[in-house]
Parts: sequence; C-alpha cells; structure tokens
Amino acid sequence: MAAVVLDQIQAAPGRKALRRLARRGGAMLGFAVVVFFVLLALLAPWIAPYDPVATNWSAIRAAPSAAHWFGGDELGRDVLSRIVWGTRASILAGVVSVSISLALGVPIGMLAGYVGRWIDSLISRITDAMLACPFLILAIALAAFLGPSLTNAMIAIGISATPVFIRLTRAQVLNAKAEDYVEAARALGNPHLRIALRHIFPNIVAPLIVQATLAIAAAVIAEASLSFLGLGQQPPAPSWGSMLNTARNYVDQAPWMAVWPGLSIFLLVLSFNLLGDGLRDALDPRHK
Amino acid sequence: MLKFLLQRLATLVPTLFFVSVLIFGLQQLLPGDPAIALAGEERDPETIRYLRAKFHLDEPLPVRYWHWASGVLQGDLGESVRIQKPVTDLILEKLPVTIQLATMAMLIALVIGITAGVISAVKKDTWWDYGANVFALWGLSTPNFWLGILLILLFAVELGWLPASGYVSPFEDLKGNLAAMIMPAFVLGNAIAAVLMRHTRSAMLQVLSSDYVRTARAKGLEERVVILKHALRNALIPIITLGALEFGTLLSGAVLTEQVFSIPGFGKLIVDAVFNRDYSVVQGVVLFTATVYVTLNLLADLAYFLVNPRLRV
Repeated sequence: MAAVVLDQIQAAPGRKALRRLARRGGAMLGFAVVVFFVLLALLAPWIAPYDPVATNWSAIRAAPSAAHWFGGDELGRDVLSRIVWGTRASILAGVVSVSISLALGVPIGMLAGYVGRWIDSLISRITDAMLACPFLILAIALAAFLGPSLTNAMIAIGISATPVFIRLTRAQVLNAKAEDYVEAARALGNPHLRIALRHIFPNIVAPLIVQATLAIAAAVIAEASLSFLGLGQQPPAPSWGSMLNTARNYVDQAPWMAVWPGLSIFLLVLSFNLLGDGLRDALDPRHK
Repeated sequence: MLKFLLQRLATLVPTLFFVSVLIFGLQQLLPGDPAIALAGEERDPETIRYLRAKFHLDEPLPVRYWHWASGVLQGDLGESVRIQKPVTDLILEKLPVTIQLATMAMLIALVIGITAGVISAVKKDTWWDYGANVFALWGLSTPNFWLGILLILLFAVELGWLPASGYVSPFEDLKGNLAAMIMPAFVLGNAIAAVLMRHTRSAMLQVLSSDYVRTARAKGLEERVVILKHALRNALIPIITLGALEFGTLLSGAVLTEQVFSIPGFGKLIVDAVFNRDYSVVQGVVLFTATVYVTLNLLADLAYFLVNPRLRV
C-alpha cells in the first residue's frame, strides 16, 4: 500500500510536466512533426512512390510534376522517394548517436560526480580536452580516421557529443548529492551503487531528457553535415546531406534537388528543437 | 588577479595534454598498419618505409607519443603526405582567409543577435518578441550549407548580384573580396546570431528587472539611455564569454561554408585532407583548433574577470 502511494507521489511531477508540455503549442507541433518523420522512416517501403536508387533516363533533372512530385535528380532518381528513404538515415543517426552519448556520458558523469576526488579531476580534464575540439571538427576527424560510413558517422557524432552529457550528469549529481534524501539514504546504510542508481539517477533524468532531445537535433544536422562532406551515408543509399552535396552542382539547372532535402533537415531539426525547448520549460518551470 | 591567472593556467596544461593524447590517439583508429593507411592509395613501399621510420611506428606507443608531442611543442605538426609541406605552413597559409570569414561572420552575428535580443527583451510578449524568437529557432535549425545553397540560388543565379563561389584576396581587389565573402559570412553568422539573440534576451530580461534599472527609470532618465547605457552594458558582460565559446561553432561552420562557397581556407584544408587521407593534416588542424579554442577561452575568462569588478573583490 505504502509503495503504491509512494509511486503515485513520484508519478505526480511527471504527469504535471506532461500536462505543462501539452499546453505548449510549439512543443506539440514539434512532437507531431517528429512523429510524422518517424512514421515516414518506418513506412518508407510503402510510402515511397519509386525505388530510391532506381535511375530513369527520362527523369534526369526533371522538374516537379504529377509523376515526380519533388522532381528527378541528376541520375533520374525520384527525389521524393529519396527524401522518404533518407529520413531513415537522419532519424537513425539522431537516435543512435545520442544513445551512444548517453550510454557513455551518463555513467562516466555519475562516476565523476559521485566519487569525486582524483577520478573527478581526471574525468573533468579529459572532458575539457574533448570540449576543446569543436564538435563537428572532432566528428569529422573521428569519421575520417574510422572511415566513411553511416555507422562510423554515428559513432563519431556520439563520441563527440559525449562530453556534454558527462558534464551535465556530473553537475546534476553534485547538486543531488548535497540533498537531504541522499544523506538519509546514506545514513540508512545503502550501498553506493544503490544510492547512485535508485536515489540520485531518477532525480537527474529530467535535464538529461531535455539535453538528449536537443542533442538529437544537433546530431541530425551533424549527420547531414558529414554526409554532405562525403563522410556519412555512402551513395547510392539516400541521405539528405549527400543529396544536398550533389544538388550543389546543379543549383542553376535543378534547384528542387536542393530545396527538398534542405527543407526536410530544417523541419526535423526545428521539430526536435521545439520539443526540446518545450520539455525544458515543462520540466523546469523556473526556465522561461 | 595573478592567483586567478595561475589557477586558470594550471588547468590549461592538463587539458592541452589530454587534447594531444586524444588527437594522437586518432591515429590508432586507423584499421591495420598506420603506415600503409597514411601512405594513401598508392601504397608506395618507399613511402611506407619512410612513414614507419618518421612516426617511429616500430616503437611502443608511449615512445611514439613522446616523439610526436616533442615535435608539436617545437611547432612541428608533421608533414602533409600529399602536398609534401609542413602542416604548420599549410595552416598558416590558409588561416588568414578563415580569420577574415570568421571576423565578418562574428560582426554580422553580433549586430543581428544583440539587436534582436535587446528588442525581444524590451518588447517582451509582443509580436517583436515572437518574431525574434522565431528568427532564433530558424537560425538554430537551418543547416548552414543549405542556407548557403539557397543564397547562391537567389543572389548569384537568379539576381546575379554576387559571385556564386570563389575567393579574391582583399589586397588584390577589396570590392571583389567583400562581394565574395559577404554571403558566406552571413551564412556562418546566422546560427551564432541566433545563439547571441537568445542569450542577450535572457541577460537583458534579468538586468531590466534589477534595482539599479528601476532606480535609473525613477530618476527620470530617458528609456533609450536606461536600455543602452544601464541595462545593455551590464547584460553584455556574459556575451564576452559566449563570444569565445562560439568560436568553436564558427570553425565548425567554416568547414561547411568554405566547402559550399569554394573558399580556400582552414575548413577546406581539413576537408581536402580527409579526402586525400592526409591524416597528419587532419591531426594538425584539430590540434591547432583546440589550442586556439582553449587559449581564447582563457582570454575570455580574463576579460570577464577584468570587466566584472565583483569577481575581483
């Protein structure tokens, strides 16, 4: 009985935050567009009107028409079909990269914040060193050494974004560690691992969710950037970034080749940013 | 002041040490024999032998790091396998172009970002505020390489006002140089303007609700004077630090912007090096960038310390 009551008390702030989030039009719009793109990625084989890699001589740089809504590219491939399939690379890159950052950053940040002493100093210096290398430049360097592919691009983006999560988790743990409930848990003789996982972690999840949502937006742009530079998804597989790279050479003859992939990146990133901003406001009412 | 400086310098040394370890470690990510990978596609046995001896590849890892790091400390960032030139020379050759681009971008970002931020804060919850926030979201969500392509389409292809790409030295033709750089600078400054706008808005809102601004208003000062002299001057203090932090964004953005507009700068150097598998150049550029970034951060901290008298007490 007591456990049920406790669960209800703990769930209440979450439900309140969700209600606050639902009241934010921008965040809800962002959420709806994210869901739209996720569905597009999942249902690509059924939605895309053509094979995204099939070439068609009669559709080479063809202007948008009833047959090809978004036009044709330099090899006569259907731009709409490539946009639909390209959603997979972008969503996958966003989610997988941030999962890598979370999987590495949260445990390391918790270790630094909770244990402190020389471990904290060491981790903090390594984090500073990683943060000293601009995000995209580090990702480019990592992707260059790992070799060009979507998987390596995701690893490179994930590793490059990790220090932000280490720093955030560490700061949150340091704050939480000073709270009375952690003192109480320690006084009751709980082991350190249990205190960290059962008492501290649930209380630092909110800022991590916000940061993860905003990081997905950054990761989507980073994947598009790496693909634009030829370090991400390799041709002929469709990716919005590599589509833009090709489109650059035909901007005067077939501008639609540049408009749609760019617009797709913009909309997806904007939606994650709107959702992230909304989540931040909902989960931390002090932030306006 | 001296104590603060020494404390900051004390953290700088280990940070740079780890940066060097990280960048040296990149080489270990290369699959297989690094000498073969570094030699490029030709795999010339002579080059492989030369690289193996040059990078001490037969020696243990710490010894190799020691050789590499001692070279770096003497300004030797290695040699480009492709161009057969010292990496330091290549960087110094390309740097002025990127510095010009970054400076113009930062000026554009400061003018747009701070103006939009001040207007947004002063006219909070009006259409001006909403407009400025939409601008910020647009700036943060637009991939700059896409914006670059769209601007080329509009100003070069459709209107024919500006060159689509290329670079002219300002010493040869200043007008031509500015015409070639204005679009890339705007593209690069756009995202930073958005960040600056958000920070200026939040700093201004905080300052505008403070007691001394209320006092200034109560004294009957003109609103313009209150906002520009009393509020903005104090709100700008955190922007100094932010300016240095945004340097990383500038350099990252420069990589893509220089690629779109075919500007032969620092960013294009790293991209070309990646495609030529010129790994020493990649390492050199990352190390150089990180060192400049860390140094700028230190300078920003010092500037912040100097302009904020409360920190000196």
